[in-house]
Amino acid sequence: MKVLIAKPGLDGHDRGAKVVAHALRDAGVEVVYSGLKRTPEEIVQEAIQEDVDAVGLSVLSGAHLPLARRVLDGLRAQGAGDIRVIVGGIIPPKDVDALVALGVARVFPMGTALPDIVKFFQEATS
Amino acid sequence: MRDVRLHAGIPVKPVYGPEDLAGRDAARDIGQPGEYPFTRGIHRNMYRDRLWTMRQYIGFGTPAETNARFKYLMAHGQDALNVAFDLPTQLGLDSDDPRADGEVGRVGMAIDTLADMEEAFAGIPLDRVSVSLTINGMAAPITAMYYAVAEKQGAAPERVVTTPQNDILKEFVARGTWIYPVDPSLRLVGDLIEFSARQYPRSNPVSVCGYHIREAGCTTAQEMAYGLAIAAAYIDMMVRRGMAVDDFAPRVSFNFTCWGKIFEEAAKFRAGRRLYARMVRERFGATNPKSCMFRSLIGGGGSAFTVQEPENNIVRGAYIALAAALSGAQTMALPTYDEAYTIPSAKAQLIALRTMQICAEESGAADTADPLAGSYFVEALTNEMEAKILEELAAVERMGGIVEAVKSGALQAEVARQAYLFEQKLVSGEIPKVAVNCHVGERAAEADREVELYAFDPSVAARQVAKLAKIRGERDDRAARAALSRLTDEARGTANLMPAIMEAVKAYATLGEICQAMKTVFGEHKEPVKW
Repeated sequence: MKVLIAKPGLDGHDRGAKVVAHALRDAGVEVVYSGLKRTPEEIVQEAIQEDVDAVGLSVLSGAHLPLARRVLDGLRAQGAGDIRVIVGGIIPPKDVDALVALGVARVFPMGTALPDIVKFFQEATS
Repeated sequence: MRDVRLHAGIPVKPVYGPEDLAGRDAARDIGQPGEYPFTRGIHRNMYRDRLWTMRQYIGFGTPAETNARFKYLMAHGQDALNVAFDLPTQLGLDSDDPRADGEVGRVGMAIDTLADMEEAFAGIPLDRVSVSLTINGMAAPITAMYYAVAEKQGAAPERVVTTPQNDILKEFVARGTWIYPVDPSLRLVGDLIEFSARQYPRSNPVSVCGYHIREAGCTTAQEMAYGLAIAAAYIDMMVRRGMAVDDFAPRVSFNFTCWGKIFEEAAKFRAGRRLYARMVRERFGATNPKSCMFRSLIGGGGSAFTVQEPENNIVRGAYIALAAALSGAQTMALPTYDEAYTIPSAKAQLIALRTMQICAEESGAADTADPLAGSYFVEALTNEMEAKILEELAAVERMGGIVEAVKSGALQAEVARQAYLFEQKLVSGEIPKVAVNCHVGERAAEADREVELYAFDPSVAARQVAKLAKIRGERDDRAARAALSRLTDEARGTANLMPAIMEAVKAYATLGEICQAMKTVFGEHKEPVKW
C-alpha cells in the first residue's frame, strides 16, 4: 500500500498535508510527500513512477476544481486511471459533488476527523 | 484533579501565590510600561493614549473590488488596511501565466502592474492611512509599486506609513510563498529595509512573523523563539551591511497570533518583549529605546476556528481580541467566523471589526496598561515562558542557527512534528474543542450550508488578463525593457536593487517580468521536503 500526498498549484499551506502524511505512515502506509507547488503534470508523473495506489491532493487556495481535473485527466491519459485520487482542503460544500463528478474518489473538506481520513485510505488501497 | 498543560508544555498549578515569584527582581524584570525591558508594554499609558489599530486582512478579486471593500470597512471605523494578494502575485506570476490558472483573484487581489496598485488605492490618501502589505518574496516590487502610487498621489515620503511583511525566512518554514533561494531572498529583504529606512522613514519595512509558523503547527514558545531568531537574523544582516542598529531597528515590527489560552498568550508576549529588548540592547548595542520595542500586530489565529457550528467562532474571536488587548497589541486583526470555509464575506468582516471595537470601547480591557501585572500566575508564567523560549532558541542554535535550520528543512520538520502532535491531542480530546471533540450535539456536525459565504466571481481572471494586455499594449515598451535589463544587470552585482525595481515599476513592467528579471540571476529555491 503506497500513497502520494501532493500539493498542486501555488498554495503553500502544507500543515494538513504533512499531518495526513504522518498519520498514514503511523498506520503502516508507505507515504511519499512531494512538497509544495507541484504542477498537476509533475504529480501524475510522480504517481506513476512511484507506482502508488492513491494520490491525496491538498488544496487550500480555492483552485481545487481545475487542479483535480488536470491530475485526473493526466492519469487517465497515461493509462493510470486506476490510481485513486482523493482531495482534501478548504473545499466548499457545493464543490464536493463537483469533484466527485470529475472522478475524485473521496473529498475530505475542512473539519474532517483525522481517523476518518486514515480509515478511508486503508480501505481504498487494500 | 485534572492535569493542565499549556501549549508550550508548561504545567499549570491550581493555585499560585507569592512563593512563585520568589527570587525575582520586580524592578529589573517587570519594570514600568513604556520602559526598558518593556515587559509591561511599550507605551507608558498604553491604550489610554492611543487604542490599538484595527486592521482586518482584506483582498480578493480585482483591485477595483478590493478597493470597494477597503472603503466599506473604513466607513465602519476601521482605521488602517491590511492587504491580501492572490497567490500568483505573491509568487511573481502574471495573471496570464499558465501557472496562475484557477488562482487569479482567489485568496487576495491580483496585481500585475502599477496600474492595478493605482486602482486598489484610488481615493485612499496614502499620506493619512497606514497600509500593511502581506507580501514577502515579491515585497520589493510590490512595495515599490506602493511607493510609486503614494508619489503619484503627491504624498510626502515622510508621511507614508506602510508595513510590507517582507519576512521571507518564515515563508520557507510556513506559508510557502518563497521564490528565490534563501540567500538572494535575504538580500532582497535587506534591500527593502535599507531603501525604506533611508527614503521612507515612517515605513515599517519588515514585519517579523511568528504567526504563520504557529498556524503551521508550532507551540507558543516556539512561535516566539522562532520570531526572535528571525528578527535577530535580519538585524544581524543589516548591521553586517553597514547600517547602525538604531537607524533601522525602531521600524522593525512583528506579527504574532494569540488564539490559545489567554494567560499563556499574555505571558508569551510579556516574556517576548523582555527578551527582544535585552537582545537588541545587549547583543546589538542599540541605544535608542525605540530600537528595543517589540511592536506587534497581535490577533488572528484562524486555526482556532472550526467549521462545525461556525457562529461559535464569533465567541472565539472575542476571546482572541481580549487576549490581544491583555497582551499589549499595537495592532489587532481577527479571523472571521467563516474562516474555515472561505475568504471572508463582508458581513463576517464587519462582525470581526465590531468585535475589536466592542473589546476596545465596552469591555474595559483598554482602561489601564498591562492589567495582569502583579498576578502571581501571570508573572510566574511569564518567567516560565521566558525559560521555554530560551530553550527553543537554543534548539535553533543546535540546528545551526535559524538560516541553516531553514535551508536544511530541520525547522520545517519540527513544526510538522508539532502539528501532528497537536492533531493527535485533538483526536484524543486532550485538547478540548467545543462542538468538535466535546459537547458534540446528537447529529454529527456537518459543514453548515446556511452560512452566507463569499462567492468567488469566475470572471475575475478574464477581466484581469484583459487589463494586463491593455497595459502591455499602451506602455512605452522600450522603457520597460531597458528597466528590466538594468535590473538583471544589477542583480548580478551587490548594489541595492530597489532603485532599479522602482524604475521598472514606473515603466509599467509587469510583476512577472520583474520577478523573472531577477530569477535569471538568482535561480529558484529548491525546497528541502522534510516532514
